[in-house]
Amino acid sequence: MPENRSNKTMVLKGIGVSPGIAFGKAYVLDYTIANIPYYKLKDEAQAWEEITRFEKALRDSRRQLAAIKKELSDREGVEPLFIIDAHIMMLRDKKLIYNTINNIKEKRINAEWAMKLTIDRYREIFDKIEDEYLKARFSDVEYVGQRIIRNLIGRDPIRLSDVGEGAIIISRDLSPADTVQMKMENILGFATDIGGKTSHTAIVARSIGIPAVVGLERITREISSNDTVIVDGCDGFVIINPDPEVLRRYGEKKRHYEILEERLLREAKQRALTADGHRIEIGANIEFVEEIPTAVMHGAEGIGLYRTEFIYINKEQLPTEEEHFSIYRRVIEGKGIYWSTIRTFDLGGDKFMSDPRLAKEMNPVMGLRAIRFCLKEVELFKVQLRAILRASAYGKTRVLFPMISSLDEIRRVKTIFDEVREDLVRRNIPVGEDIEIGIMIEVPSAVVIADSLAREVDFFSIGTNDLIQYTLAIDRINERVTYLYDPLHPAILRLIKMVVEAAHRAGIRVAMCGEMAGEPVYTLILLGFGLDELSMNSLAIPRVKKIVREATIEESRALLDSILDLPTAEEIKKRVQDYMIRRFPDEFSGLRD
Amino acid sequence: MIVVKAFTITNELGIHARSAAMIVEVSNRYRAEICLEKDGIRVNAKSILGILTLGCPKGSIVIVRAEGVDAEAAVEELGRLIENKFGEY
Repeated sequence: MPENRSNKTMVLKGIGVSPGIAFGKAYVLDYTIANIPYYKLKDEAQAWEEITRFEKALRDSRRQLAAIKKELSDREGVEPLFIIDAHIMMLRDKKLIYNTINNIKEKRINAEWAMKLTIDRYREIFDKIEDEYLKARFSDVEYVGQRIIRNLIGRDPIRLSDVGEGAIIISRDLSPADTVQMKMENILGFATDIGGKTSHTAIVARSIGIPAVVGLERITREISSNDTVIVDGCDGFVIINPDPEVLRRYGEKKRHYEILEERLLREAKQRALTADGHRIEIGANIEFVEEIPTAVMHGAEGIGLYRTEFIYINKEQLPTEEEHFSIYRRVIEGKGIYWSTIRTFDLGGDKFMSDPRLAKEMNPVMGLRAIRFCLKEVELFKVQLRAILRASAYGKTRVLFPMISSLDEIRRVKTIFDEVREDLVRRNIPVGEDIEIGIMIEVPSAVVIADSLAREVDFFSIGTNDLIQYTLAIDRINERVTYLYDPLHPAILRLIKMVVEAAHRAGIRVAMCGEMAGEPVYTLILLGFGLDELSMNSLAIPRVKKIVREATIEESRALLDSILDLPTAEEIKKRVQDYMIRRFPDEFSGLRD
Repeated sequence: MIVVKAFTITNELGIHARSAAMIVEVSNRYRAEICLEKDGIRVNAKSILGILTLGCPKGSIVIVRAEGVDAEAAVEELGRLIENKFGEY
């Protein structure tokens, strides 16, 4: 069967989490050891031989880890070095050593199996730990154990720094302990069994700009090291042992992708200035600091929306002020960006802490969430505000409050915000001089009273996703009604118009950070509204900027005027698409029927 | 001499690999026999795996017990380490 497998072309579908196409040789990273040898020892003399072998394996393992540590400390940016120190310490652990030697002596078994029994025993003990994070520390024991067993068998230890040029890393999942050891310039792509958009694998791939496909479920079982493999991070495919025809087709796809990317990226750095000289700011929506380099590369001028929810939900404990601060500071100081918009906590309280008082809500999108929750748990809110204010000393900062639905809410928010600021100033802690306050416009009531809200803040940011959901009364998660979700519904277009007009009458800026902002077919309409900033997924920026640069504000206004009178979303959609296809045939050829 | 003192773990992540390694490092500098105890389970403070298997999250109470000539200094230094949250937050 292995012979058969080595030649067969196989296609696996997963989730593309970092775009691009890579061809390379598979490097399968697998810590489990199949077929650990097991045998009974004849006599005590043989037991002593096994103990000597075990002790040598410990020494070898320690030496290898010390060498890895030295190599890593010669390179920059290797924070998790301490993990290697802890691993070395485990190799010296008396309990671990004694336990294994005891297994050899008393059970009269070989060193490999004795070590395996020790690992199994620790697995049982760690399984009983309640705290999820501390329970997962078993992976460190396993990591150390596999290294000892590999040395005993005489199998080469896994040395990730040895991964050669042109490798595609195949693994069940990747952890920081793995990626810290890799020489990233040698690695062309990642493909893993498990994971999602926000797993470590995806974040690392996007930050260094290599394709990655996760959630392939069984790739580690289907592939062997050195198999030829194609990773298509655009469409989420991995092809093992491609035949010449597939290879040729993908070569073409890769070329097209790269030409397009290169062209778009070359132009992406240019300003978003219409053909008739109207300027619009372009921001990126991000949730991880690591996404900033990609955002800048794709032409973001600032961060239009930094979602802070992940600071909370990746944690078992509440994040501290210092932790918030260091993350915000890294965003605000991000290389190549001129301003950062940090949105305060925008989820239900259940994501914040597991408190039985926070009962499950029937209708969470309309429940105690976002600013409502923050105004109830003021002390928690203040921690985040203090951190944002402190970080604002390091660069242009805009703070954005979600889900405002009344004037009273924004006034209460501002009172708390001013209190926190004054307290910091009194204690001589630096805060930004020109920090701006803004609100999300995503609840219909906020649109209706936009004129009075505009007098309270420095900017608006229209969150189209929620605005559409609340205005059209559609639960986006309910598949039976999603067909009603339509950004071109006349009601939505009129609401956007009201918001922009109210903002400009009051002399404040108005941005849009919903998905609508990143959809190039809507770019002209949004220009027509007179929005001051569009913020979107980084990958959407080059195309949107390209359309902005080719368009004029005059034609955008004319197009918008011509659709505002149309009575149905259907007619509006047809008018807009027809116009865009005619006007930008290269960009929208795919929209033609 | 035997010195026994209880401490509450206050760093966010609890005693994880790095903090356990720090406890071992400090304990190894003393001649005293040092144990950590939690919920009736006692482990050697000079064993990183022993400490990790105790499973001490934030908020748990750990008893440090040292026996030997330098027991007092050992408990004092370990206490400082725990109270300073192992240099974390």
